[in-house]
Amino acid sequence: MTEVDAGLWTTVADVAAALCLLAGAFLTFAAGVGVVRFPSLLARMHVVTKPQVLGLVLLLLALGLRVRSWSAVALLLLVVVFQLATAPVAAHLVSRAGFRTGKVDETGLHPNEMGEVPDDDPPASATSGPRAP
Amino acid sequence: MSDQSLRELVRSGLRRALVQWPAVVLLTGVWVLLWGDVSWANLVGGAALAVVVVTLFPLPPVRTEATFRPVAVGRLVVSFAADLFVASFQVAWLALRPGPVPQGAVVQVRLHNPDDVFLTVTAVLATLVPGSLVVETSRRRGTLFLHVLDVEGSGGVEGVRRHVQQLEERVLRAFAAAAVLERTGVAVRPTGRPDPRAGKGAGA
Repeated sequence: MTEVDAGLWTTVADVAAALCLLAGAFLTFAAGVGVVRFPSLLARMHVVTKPQVLGLVLLLLALGLRVRSWSAVALLLLVVVFQLATAPVAAHLVSRAGFRTGKVDETGLHPNEMGEVPDDDPPASATSGPRAP
Repeated sequence: MSDQSLRELVRSGLRRALVQWPAVVLLTGVWVLLWGDVSWANLVGGAALAVVVVTLFPLPPVRTEATFRPVAVGRLVVSFAADLFVASFQVAWLALRPGPVPQGAVVQVRLHNPDDVFLTVTAVLATLVPGSLVVETSRRRGTLFLHVLDVEGSGGVEGVRRHVQQLEERVLRAFAAAAVLERTGVAVRPTGRPDPRAGKGAGA
């Protein structure tokens, strides 16, 4: 690769990194505003699962574009994967706990198809069939 | 502790590690990534640690009719990335715009296939993509209960249901075995249905 090429690609990567940093910072900021402004537990959970996750992904993408080392990129990728896997689960558990303990104001929900909280799930061992030894 | 029982413990651990070798490989990979470079010390140390983890924290085996279709997985990843982008900016806009903030609604969605693994994947993805958040699931009925932030913006209750069911179809096309697809009536190739995002851009 010639020096001109390397310089060009470095510039492109830097500009892309700057854009990703700005977008990521914006989304993270919006997530913070949402946590303060949104009126209910469930609405706040939307904020921590969507703009917050993508904001972090964009920030890490920018880091990867700027650092340009494979070991760093692999580590950042690991962070992204864990974030994508854990944020929805955490939000789900918080919302479910809120519902089951009556901390969610259900009068504001239109429509509300929740019905009674489903308690029809037998323990895991009863439905998952025979287990492998 | 006698020599005998220790040997028995080690043997059962190794047997479990053999059965759950994908978990061992995965954990070793994570370990190597965390250290940041591939060396024999890292590989051996990671593998040893992985065997210890699967021995001390055993998980029930996942029995499922799964496969891997690269094209369908690619389609799922692309549409998921696009959805995540749209969802993030939508929620960011709802948070920043002046005026009242929507209260939302709870919608039931019945899935085609209530299998644990696909239910989990669909629930996690549905939480990350437009407008919905899984608040409760029913394994036996194969139903997700979603909180929707902006019902009108998501095309109403029916729009939300259709959207999540299409998401599930993409998941099934990517990972479910042919028998599952046949049983649930999901075509291997996407049918020529209109893209749910196509008509929504103006209203969002």
